[in-house]
Amino acid sequence: MSDSDPPITLYRLQACPYCERVVRTLQDLNLDYTSRFVEPMHSERDVVKRVVGSRPVPAIVDERTGVTMSESANVVEYLESTYGDGLVGVDGGAN
Amino acid sequence: MVDFDVVALPETDHVAEGDRAPDFTRPLVNDEFWADASLSDLTADGPVCLVFYPMDGSFPATYIWNELRDRALDDLLTVVGVSISTPYAHKRLIEERDMDFDLFADPANDVAEAYGVAHDLDGMAGVSEARPATFLVDEDRTVQYAWVAEEWPDFPPYDALEAEIRALVD
Repeated sequence: MSDSDPPITLYRLQACPYCERVVRTLQDLNLDYTSRFVEPMHSERDVVKRVVGSRPVPAIVDERTGVTMSESANVVEYLESTYGDGLVGVDGGAN
Repeated sequence: MVDFDVVALPETDHVAEGDRAPDFTRPLVNDEFWADASLSDLTADGPVCLVFYPMDGSFPATYIWNELRDRALDDLLTVVGVSISTPYAHKRLIEERDMDFDLFADPANDVAEAYGVAHDLDGMAGVSEARPATFLVDEDRTVQYAWVAEEWPDFPPYDALEAEIRALVD
C-alpha cells in the first residue's frame, strides 16, 4: 500500500446486504476505504482467509488501529464507536 | 431477510407499464453462439419477459436465473436477460445454470440507461450496470408489467411476475 491509500480495506461481495450495510456506515462516517471484491463461493475467497483468518464477508482491515474484523454488526459497532462523533481524527490521532 | 434496513436505491424515472419498450440491438447469446438481435425481433414472435440483472458471477445473477429456470417460464413466452457481462461470460452462465434462456450482452450499459435502471457501483470505478428489473413486453412492445429494484440487493417478485405472465399469455 502507498501512503495515499485509505487505511481501511473492506473485503466485500457484490450486492451482499451485510456488506452494503458496512459501506453505508463508512459513508455516513465520511471514512475513506478501499473495496476488494471477492467471489460468492467461499472456496474462492482464500485472500480473506489469509488476511482475516476466516472466509465470511464483510471483513475490514483498519491499518490505523490495527483491527481486523468480520461480521457486519460487529464492524458497524466498531466503526461507530471508533470514528463516530469524531472520536478518532482522520489523521489517525485521537481528538 | 435481514435484521437491519437494506440499503435503498435512489428513485428512478424508469420505463413503466403502458410505455412503449425502447427497442435495442445487442449481441444475443445462446448456449452455442451469439449474434446481433433486437428486442423487436423477439417480440415479433410473441410477448417477451425482459430481465435486467447484475453482472454474471454475482450472487443475484445466480439466484435470479436459478429461480426463473426452475419455474420453466420459457414454456409460456420468451424470457431473455440483459447484463453488462461479455458474451463469453454469458455462455458460461448459461452452461453453469443449465438454462434455456438467451442473454443480451450490453457492456456499455446503454440498454439499462434507456430503460432508466442504470446503477453505478460503489467500489468499482467507472462500472455501471443494471439494477434488477423485469419488464413484460407484448407483441406491440407495450410494457404490460414493470418491476424495478428499490433496494440493493433486491429480487424480482417471482410469484407476481409469473401471475402477470400467465394472465398475459392465457
